[in-house]
Amino acid sequence: MLYDLLVAPFADFAFMRRALIACLALSLGCAPVGMFLLLRRMSLLGDALSHSVLPGAAIGFLLGGLSLPAMGLGGFVAGLTVALLSGLATRFTALREDANFAAFYLISLASGVMIVSAHGSNVDLMHVLFGSVLAVDDLSLLLVASIASVTLCGFALLYRPLVAECFDPGFLRAVGGGGGWVHLAFLVLVVLNLVAGFQALGTLMAVGLMMLPAAAARMWVRRLWALVAVAALIAFASGYAGLVLSFRFDLPSGPAIVLVAGAVYLLSLLLGRVEGVLPRMIRRPHFEA
Amino acid sequence: MILRLDDLTLGYQRHPAVHHLSGTFAPGRLTAVIGPNGAGKSTLLKGIKGLLPTLSGRVALSKAERGRIAYLPQQADLEPGFPISVLDVVLLGHWRQSGAFGAIGRDGRAAAAAALAAVGLPGLEARTIGSLSLGQRQRVLFARLMLEDGAAILLDEPFAAIDSRTVDDLMAVIQRWGDEGRTVIAVLHDLDLVRRAFPFTLALAREAVAWGPTETVLTPATLDRMRQSSAAWDDNADLCHRGQSDAL
Repeated sequence: MLYDLLVAPFADFAFMRRALIACLALSLGCAPVGMFLLLRRMSLLGDALSHSVLPGAAIGFLLGGLSLPAMGLGGFVAGLTVALLSGLATRFTALREDANFAAFYLISLASGVMIVSAHGSNVDLMHVLFGSVLAVDDLSLLLVASIASVTLCGFALLYRPLVAECFDPGFLRAVGGGGGWVHLAFLVLVVLNLVAGFQALGTLMAVGLMMLPAAAARMWVRRLWALVAVAALIAFASGYAGLVLSFRFDLPSGPAIVLVAGAVYLLSLLLGRVEGVLPRMIRRPHFEA
Repeated sequence: MILRLDDLTLGYQRHPAVHHLSGTFAPGRLTAVIGPNGAGKSTLLKGIKGLLPTLSGRVALSKAERGRIAYLPQQADLEPGFPISVLDVVLLGHWRQSGAFGAIGRDGRAAAAAALAAVGLPGLEARTIGSLSLGQRQRVLFARLMLEDGAAILLDEPFAAIDSRTVDDLMAVIQRWGDEGRTVIAVLHDLDLVRRAFPFTLALAREAVAWGPTETVLTPATLDRMRQSSAAWDDNADLCHRGQSDAL
């Protein structure tokens, strides 16, 4: 009975196995990216970037059909272009980074929708917007797994400057560590993972497995490595549970996964060990001074 | 380290905050920088560290020498909620040797532990920075400065909103830096503290009102002049032609 519900779908169907592995790879890559986005107060910026991937993905789709490598490359270029243009506009004008990101991602999103609807059908648009983790083929799986590997290696390499830049950017500048290249390398990792995410979750919700587990993890642990580990765990658990639910009840997989992650986030808000709502309301005797 | 300013002008969008400043900070001694708000004290420290382009004149330093300056900004614009341990914060002071990728090793860790003990926080390595009080946080930043091992150390209002016991402990650290022959420049507001602990003082009001041994600078006349010039600042001033006329 339990076997039928929890294991059988993956034992019986190759596409479910591939989807599960894709979720694992996504979780590993997205956890550190989401955590650093959160800690840098860039949560919404990640969201903006994820939408800006669309025109590139659309052009890739028109040229290469529904193949993740073609759409991924296009999306990567588009996302990075928006990130760079926003960065340049922030540096050379009085507008702040969030405003420039909002402006450029809107331009990008609108051109993406324009391209798709001018040259494709609405079904195609839905594919790009909402993704479909159940349609992951071997090539796409390889791409997602490679991105996860590159991301983890990238974070291992960038860990110190990244932490320094988040915690005390003024210090990094003063010791000549230069914050610019760190920021740029980080944005490249963000865009890479958004590209990995949109096959599974679509451009609309690619940040789902980044931000929700990261925010939820914040409610449970305090150390950086523990935060990333817990976020990855929550992301993978959400992916698994979402797949099971979508299989059992015939639901769209992307929203199911993101909704499970959302439920974990809401529960964490309520029950979280670190300043959760309920633990705060339970008064415990305090220690002697 | 010898820190010499040659006709240094620093500012933002052509409005000078430090105007035609020339002089040398007493090498290996403690100098206090005092002045009213907007006198250019923070700007001066940033300019010396090289974080601001000079509008004219120069700080006579080679690039290597600049790297040997440790700088503690005003209430460092750090992110106290960031989940980083006290040990990791102190070890950031090792950056000049280890850079972004180099190993830190046992010596570095030992130095960090010793620095923490010296600022009165022994054994707190594993705590997160967010769990510390403001005074403790400032002690941690001083421990980081010790690891930076600067030939010159710039402190921008290190004691703003800090309790007096912490001030006493950290002043002892600063005194030791002086004894070790490091050039220390500290922006301060507490004139009693300046009189007690700093042999040299620069009274700044965009220009140097007075600069020299503290007892000759902290006179009623100087303090009065400093206050007057701060009242006369004009943010829509005409273009300054000083220096240019010499060239003609």
